[in-house]
Amino acid sequence: MRLLTARLSAKRRSPLAGLVVVLLGLLLTGGAYTFLSPASAQTGSADQSKIDAGRRLFLVGCASCHGENGEGVVTKRGTQYGPPLVGVGAAAVDFQVGTGRMPMARPGAQAQQKEVLYNQEEISQLAAYVASLGPGPAEPTKAQYDVNGIDNASVVRGGEFWRTNCTACHNFAAAGGALPGGKYAPSLRHVPPKKIYEAMLTGPQQMPVFSDGVLKPSEKRDVIAYIKSIQDSPNYGGYNLGSLGPVSEGLAAWVIGIGALVAFAIWIASHSVRSRKGAKA
Amino acid sequence: MSEDQNFPAAMGHPTAHDVEVEKAAAGDPVADPGLAAHEPRPTDVDPHAEKRAERQIATLFGLSSVCAVLFVISYFVFKVGANPTIIAGLGASNVALGLTLGLALLLIGMGAIQWARKLMSDVEMVEMRHPAASSAEDREAAISSFQAGVKDSGIARRPLIRNSLIGALAFLGLPLIVVLRDLGPLPGNKLAHTVWRKGMRLTNDIAGTPIKPEEVEIGQLINGEPAIFYAKDAQGKPVIEGTELLQAKAKAAIIIVRMKPEDITPLPNRRNWGVSGILCYSKICTHVGCPISLWEQQTHHLLCPCHQSTFDLADNGKVIFGPAGRALPQLPITVDSEGYLVAQSDFHEPVGPSYWERG
Repeated sequence: MRLLTARLSAKRRSPLAGLVVVLLGLLLTGGAYTFLSPASAQTGSADQSKIDAGRRLFLVGCASCHGENGEGVVTKRGTQYGPPLVGVGAAAVDFQVGTGRMPMARPGAQAQQKEVLYNQEEISQLAAYVASLGPGPAEPTKAQYDVNGIDNASVVRGGEFWRTNCTACHNFAAAGGALPGGKYAPSLRHVPPKKIYEAMLTGPQQMPVFSDGVLKPSEKRDVIAYIKSIQDSPNYGGYNLGSLGPVSEGLAAWVIGIGALVAFAIWIASHSVRSRKGAKA
Repeated sequence: MSEDQNFPAAMGHPTAHDVEVEKAAAGDPVADPGLAAHEPRPTDVDPHAEKRAERQIATLFGLSSVCAVLFVISYFVFKVGANPTIIAGLGASNVALGLTLGLALLLIGMGAIQWARKLMSDVEMVEMRHPAASSAEDREAAISSFQAGVKDSGIARRPLIRNSLIGALAFLGLPLIVVLRDLGPLPGNKLAHTVWRKGMRLTNDIAGTPIKPEEVEIGQLINGEPAIFYAKDAQGKPVIEGTELLQAKAKAAIIIVRMKPEDITPLPNRRNWGVSGILCYSKICTHVGCPISLWEQQTHHLLCPCHQSTFDLADNGKVIFGPAGRALPQLPITVDSEGYLVAQSDFHEPVGPSYWERG
């Protein structure tokens, strides 16, 4: 730009030429933006009322921990009381509020999954408000997480991603597992596909983020398809004892199995076949 | 030794052993109370009870046969495979096969015990301990037959045979040495190196896609592998495959994480090992080599599921809990001309568990 203005001014020798070029550039950019930007003007009023409704809900139910403008609350010790919500996006709200994890009942190692306190409309209003605080992942569309009619090859591929990325915490059978300090990775056996997608996208609590840039939306869909195949498969080998692997199975074998054998042996030995009744007869 | 020895009541002629026992008992301050009076079982004195016990036992064995037949029926009736028969959420085939076969065996066992306890002979027995050593005659016979063998072979008189036998046995060691040699050669410095090289791209495991820093978000975890595992040569064949691939994978697997840059406390020589908060570590635990990817994004702790070794990835992979003896090796990374994450070099130390030569 400086080169251009320098050349122009050099030819015309007018002190205003540079200014005119800058103004022209601004005008063009602004004009192009008006034409090309997302059609926010048409939907703006509806969105704005949704955001306003979300803000009212936020001030009542969320602001005591997350701050009045979602900026987060820092304790005296410098730790986070409630984390800032700028940039967490609508997907995080839909996951946290939609599974009942938020609002938290009490501070603790981990937000528990519990009864959902807001209806779907209120959740989408909250999500719209939090999304307006800063750019973040939007709620996934049905096409992204719907796994009906997916082919077998995708399920197998999803299984490979699942075993590489998920099983360390969530267990190979999606039964969940313990984490240090009273935290835990929840079981995924009854989680709907949309919530699984949102969890991968936003990384709730201790869970790492699996962004769309690295784990592509189609790969996420494959993972969901594999989890669904686990959810749908019956307990083929009898009771699964929580799918916790050798610990629960060994415990059952030693305590129940061997315990029953010992009890049986004691019962055999302690019941005499002799009786006074028989002797009298 | 006769069976009679175990039945004091049926003892006709006391052996030397029994005399010893009686002598010891004579000096005993507590008198031998002897055996309690024999009480007969109902089945011994009542023919009806005996018949009933017989029918009970036969019923148990009969039920066992029924279970065995049910096993065969359920083997053919319940479907297995892609579309199995389900009863109450359980695979019907496995449950039915297990129950019927288990009951068939249990019922035979129950019948056998009832038989032994109710119908077989019922007498009290005393079993005396036997001396540990064999008798003097037996020992004498064994020694003399061994010496007869030595004399017969003439091993002392025929040194040629003796020495050639010793030689033959010694030469048998040669095949052993040659075969065991195949366990080698020693691994050399293979344990100290991985396939990582300067400029090799980091890729997402399974998909094999290279990674740009802007795709990685704060709190992200990527289970990664070097790009060479997904590379193809001119003929379209994988550059590394088969056993070689598995061996290379066991050492070269990585995890890539992104944290807030202000949370990271790098060692002075590691300040340029990351890309704006993105760090790369070996995925192989330094304790016994389990792959680790249990990462808590808020605490930055990486936990090994095998023995709970915990590494702080914001603090150079330092061990903060558990049996691991060394910090998790870090792979220095940077960005190539196309904007993808690449390694600056191989790991600066051997990955995985310690070994003898490492010291």
